Amino acid sequence: MNMEARPVRTAADEAFIKAFAEVGADLPGSANVKAQRAAAFGRFEACGLPTRRVEQWKYTDLRQFLREARPLAAPPGAVERQRANDAGRAFAAIKPRRLVFVDGTFVAEQSDLTKLDDGLTITSLADALAAGDAEVVKRISDSNVSQGDIAYALNTAFMAGGVVIAVEAGKHIARPIHLVFANCAEKPASIFVRSQVSLGAGARLTLLESHEAFGAEEYHVNSAINVDLGEDAELDHVKLGSDAAAAIHVSTTGAVLAAGARLRDFALTSGGAMVRNQLFVTCNGTGAIVDLRGANLLKNRQHADTTLVLDHASPGCQSRELYKSVLDDTARAVFQGKIMVRRKAQKTDARMMSQALLLSETAETDNKPELEIFADDVQCGHGTTCGALDEKMKFYLMARGIPADEAEALLIKAFLGEVIDGISSEGVRVALSAIVDATMDARGH
Amino acid sequence: MTPLLQIKNLQAEIAGKKILHGVNLDIGKGEVHAIMGPNGSGKSTLSYVLAGKPDYDVTGGEVLLDGANILDMAADERAAAGLFLAFQYPLEIPGVTTMTFLRAALNAQRKKRGEPELSSPEILRRVRTEAEKLGIDPEMLRRPVNVGFSGGEKKRAETLQMSLLEPRVCVLDETDSGLDIDALKVVADGVNRLRSPDRSMIVITHYQRLLDYIVPDVVHVFSKGHIVRTGGKELALELEANGYAEYVEEAA
Repeated sequence: MNMEARPVRTAADEAFIKAFAEVGADLPGSANVKAQRAAAFGRFEACGLPTRRVEQWKYTDLRQFLREARPLAAPPGAVERQRANDAGRAFAAIKPRRLVFVDGTFVAEQSDLTKLDDGLTITSLADALAAGDAEVVKRISDSNVSQGDIAYALNTAFMAGGVVIAVEAGKHIARPIHLVFANCAEKPASIFVRSQVSLGAGARLTLLESHEAFGAEEYHVNSAINVDLGEDAELDHVKLGSDAAAAIHVSTTGAVLAAGARLRDFALTSGGAMVRNQLFVTCNGTGAIVDLRGANLLKNRQHADTTLVLDHASPGCQSRELYKSVLDDTARAVFQGKIMVRRKAQKTDARMMSQALLLSETAETDNKPELEIFADDVQCGHGTTCGALDEKMKFYLMARGIPADEAEALLIKAFLGEVIDGISSEGVRVALSAIVDATMDARGH
Repeated sequence: MTPLLQIKNLQAEIAGKKILHGVNLDIGKGEVHAIMGPNGSGKSTLSYVLAGKPDYDVTGGEVLLDGANILDMAADERAAAGLFLAFQYPLEIPGVTTMTFLRAALNAQRKKRGEPELSSPEILRRVRTEAEKLGIDPEMLRRPVNVGFSGGEKKRAETLQMSLLEPRVCVLDETDSGLDIDALKVVADGVNRLRSPDRSMIVITHYQRLLDYIVPDVVHVFSKGHIVRTGGKELALELEANGYAEYVEEAA
């Protein structure tokens, strides 16, 4: 008799089950939404948090990292809201439209919802779910995005805060939108946020996102964004992960691109004990262009995992991935990149690269590229490098009077420069460089 | 008068292999000394050991710059103390623009010497002035350090650095290698402009050719890790005519 292996439930699994039983019915959403929540939670309940035995989580055993499930975040009080005023300063010079989330709750009063650009609508996710907005509901459990991923299923079950951003066809939104996530609660909490961004044909938007802490450090964030790009639409998405040193952060971006659409995604991770950025991108129309980049600046025992699934489902699409990690102490960076080229996706041009700079003998990087190609006329490649700082270059800089730590910082910034230089907005580039500089300066002390 | 640079019985090895077998050399202020010798004689090692490259182990001797033993200093401290090595093969540093590099070097040295740092516009002004003298295209300053530079451009860039940093002792390691005759003249002119009563130079080369343009006060023959003969500038011509065979055997 075959017995299905069923993992033993952990304390964290049990806590999520208890929480869903208690509050599941009160989470926002129409009957249809509630049904989707229940179905998603059922998938979680069947297998629990993913362990290293689940191939997609091989190098990031979420069960090990998340031994304890924090209680769901309470609505923020005056103190928490006050603290959130300091959040998202890194992008202040760009003067983006700030949408503020305190412990996952969208706080309209602290957000800038005045004088919305022509063709731009912003709705609270809770309101959209409660109203049963058909477009919103449709995207919740998009199978393109989830691929059966349990962290994403957990997000679907518990999502509460978030926004729905829509840009009408042909509208170029000049002012970037900044999703400011401020984790301010005194007690460690679990925060589930979900946003949706849809751009009509030819529309353009820059979406910034930052995650910071001003309260307890041992919180857990599970964040997801669904992106839907119409024909020739363009989205720039820049995510700044500056979570507290003890935080666990799992983020899912699911994007579907129509013909000629462009997605440029960048993530800079320097905070958090464990950060997983997973991206599921589908090129659903001819000639879509995808550019995914990221940089990890890690030290101590930090662990950052970037997992990509890029589905070339249409002909003539182009994708580029470039991820770089700078790892000190016993930090670890994981890169898993899967490129799928469907049978009809001829003339696909896909290139993926991950690089790591190891600053200590005990740092680690794991790379797992995967190519699944079913078309015969494609260009598809991947590469990975891993190495220490170049001692000859360091000596050259020192021979000109530059002290060792400054020489190292220059070389590290140079290593990361290639990723940041590719960002189209100068203001964003400057902001990110400043963060890298600050992180480097902090390293020396 | 005490020599500006004194090398006393300097011995050094790399990976357990002894390269420098007791080098003795005194260089007075304002003097230019040429060091000539065959391949593998240890000339470049001497330049690296003076500059503080960590691959080499100094096993004996002293190097005094104005009386202070620089062997106790890290490479950056030696640079701030006034030592400059013009590399035979300048390193390419992708991702660091030449201007950023020059600014960092100039201000790091000033800071170490307790001098006020220079503003970016002031540095830019100085860099442009020196670059123009060396026929360096200002566009080059925006490019990453030495990346994609021709052999001539690299040596010009080294000379530019030297002009800006105003060292007290310049060590030129095979500055003529990789240069055509026009580039050699430009670089030599740049070096000659830096000659002054307060600045000393060590010019390392295989060939007499460079010494037609940078005329030395003293010429040393280097073989098997130490100096085997010292003479005036006419010694270079003699070497050019007779080669190094005599010294290689003599030292052996």
